[in-house]
Amino acid sequence: MYSYSDFDEAFVRARVAQFTNQVERRLDGSLSEEEFRPLRLMNGLYLQLHAYMLRVAIPYGSLNPGQMRQLAHIADVWDKGYGHFTTRQNIQFNWPKLPDVPAILQALADVEMHAIQTSGNCVRNVTADHFAGAAADEIADPRPYAELLRQWSTDHPEFQFLPRKFKIAITGAPNDRAVTRAHDIGLRMVRNAAGAPGFEVMVGGGLGRTPMIGVTVRDFLPEADLLPYVEAVLSVYNTLGRRDNKYKARIKITVHETGAEEITRMIEARFNELRPLFGGNDQKLLAEIREAFAPPAFRNAPVDAYDAFYAADPAFRAWADTNLTQHRHAQYAIVTISLKAHGETPGDASSAQMRLMADLAEKYGHSDLRISHEQNVILPHVHKSDLPTLHAALSQAGLGTANVGLLSDIIACPGMDYCALATARSIPVAQELATHFDALKLEHDIGPLKIKISGCINACGHHHVGHIGILGLDRAGVENYQITLGGDGTETAVIGDKTGPGFAYDEITPAIERILRQYLTVREDRSETFLQAYRRLGLGPFKAALYGEEAGKDAA
Amino acid sequence: MSRRFTPKVVTANLLREGDVVYLTADDVWSPHHHAAELIEDEAHAQMRLLHAAAQKLLVVGAYLADAKPGVQGPEPVHFREDFRTRGPSNYNHGKQADYAS
Repeated sequence: MYSYSDFDEAFVRARVAQFTNQVERRLDGSLSEEEFRPLRLMNGLYLQLHAYMLRVAIPYGSLNPGQMRQLAHIADVWDKGYGHFTTRQNIQFNWPKLPDVPAILQALADVEMHAIQTSGNCVRNVTADHFAGAAADEIADPRPYAELLRQWSTDHPEFQFLPRKFKIAITGAPNDRAVTRAHDIGLRMVRNAAGAPGFEVMVGGGLGRTPMIGVTVRDFLPEADLLPYVEAVLSVYNTLGRRDNKYKARIKITVHETGAEEITRMIEARFNELRPLFGGNDQKLLAEIREAFAPPAFRNAPVDAYDAFYAADPAFRAWADTNLTQHRHAQYAIVTISLKAHGETPGDASSAQMRLMADLAEKYGHSDLRISHEQNVILPHVHKSDLPTLHAALSQAGLGTANVGLLSDIIACPGMDYCALATARSIPVAQELATHFDALKLEHDIGPLKIKISGCINACGHHHVGHIGILGLDRAGVENYQITLGGDGTETAVIGDKTGPGFAYDEITPAIERILRQYLTVREDRSETFLQAYRRLGLGPFKAALYGEEAGKDAA
Repeated sequence: MSRRFTPKVVTANLLREGDVVYLTADDVWSPHHHAAELIEDEAHAQMRLLHAAAQKLLVVGAYLADAKPGVQGPEPVHFREDFRTRGPSNYNHGKQADYAS
């Protein structure tokens, strides 16, 4: 993976020194909170409900074992022994104390990490397909492009004061695992008629208060045009984007208000101005970056042990069936380590678990770890013969849960257990759903299902694109949960449909059970997934299950 | 007819630690909601909030939160404030652990 250049190193160290000084000046009173707040946010430090929270960037979700161990070290020394992996492939520490933050940033810099641009109205951490460089369906590894975008966007002087935050997601495969259609810019690698790789460029996607699926502004962008084109999009947005109203400031509103055709024209016009200014250095840099992402030296060894174990051990088989994904190398598998043990907090890992995952990555995974936006950890390159040993080691540490892609593999934002913006809790709803359906032994029967929970309208939990989405709201001083159905975050992205009135905290699990029992009744057979059944039948039968037959008829 | 004033407490987070605190009648920042001064007069509430906001080296983000009288002292009205008195529901962290009796 990419290692910091001298420039990166100097930049990050300089920022640590700067922020260390700013913290000192806040603590001695030279800076007021009003002056300090934007400075701490520029460095990922929030003040939440119970404590400060530090959000650390994990560029395109890639970590090496040394970095993972350092995160564990930070969790032990300056936090409460755990970290929370987020839907933006970042990690959040929930309990740092202000005077300790400079030391934490120093420790991060020691392993080429930082918390820069994880907040504020700038280009945020670029997210990518968590199976990058390993997936069988991949056209090209998206990480070199993501790294190029990271370098370009870091401290970019023109884009430090955008109308609002700006999120870019990139996938190198036609199957979209990075929710690119719900980002300010989504980049999906495709091939043109001549077979050359390039990008479909989507602009103006986003969830939150006004959920929108991105508009395709270019069907095929040659890869050499990536930076000037992205810069053109940012430039048009920087000029047109509304600064008068926070709720209308995201590029999705700009696209909506300007019109897809007109904004496409403006982007192309700006691109034509910018293109000649890129003299080819970006391409030289890209070539250098690409070398850093060369595939590992894949091992050639028999896979009989895997086949034998698969046939003999039902626990291993269950795990292999849900948590493994096809690797482009036939002897290898992509392993998804579930951070969703039933009843645990989605996305949380203890320091001991982080260390174990680092060790296992080193021993069996070519020293590569990924964080997925679905809040799991990926070992992208594991030789099949090592899988039984790996599974045994994971299981002993509470990391062997066989539920990836199933009901209990729930995305949940921190919600009102931590977040100052939240209007209701999400974590305990996820915990309750997972344990309830585990007790019913229904989740394998239900099959592939994505439940996504957000604790407020900002939709960090991606509820709009969950097959079942749950949104926690404050209704007259009581937690209330609104359900959406039929959302999809892949290349066939759709915003889910609201079912109707919300449910109280203690009513939400029974409500979800009614939906799923209805699904089990109405599905054609086991091969028809919940999403497929919903697409065939629409809201009607599920609304009837939720609110009674009369309501179902109204929806039909 | 003017609306009846809902009683308030002054709450904030400590600048250094980030912990949730409440302003008491004798000008101390307490970690306990029930130790807070229950303010029943709007003008007095504004004065207490100004007093709190002036303590820039001690606390951050002081605001008035609705409260009601209870047996031990003021109690929160809204669930958000109730959570702030305890800590998160997924771990025994925060006040529920720090001040467990």
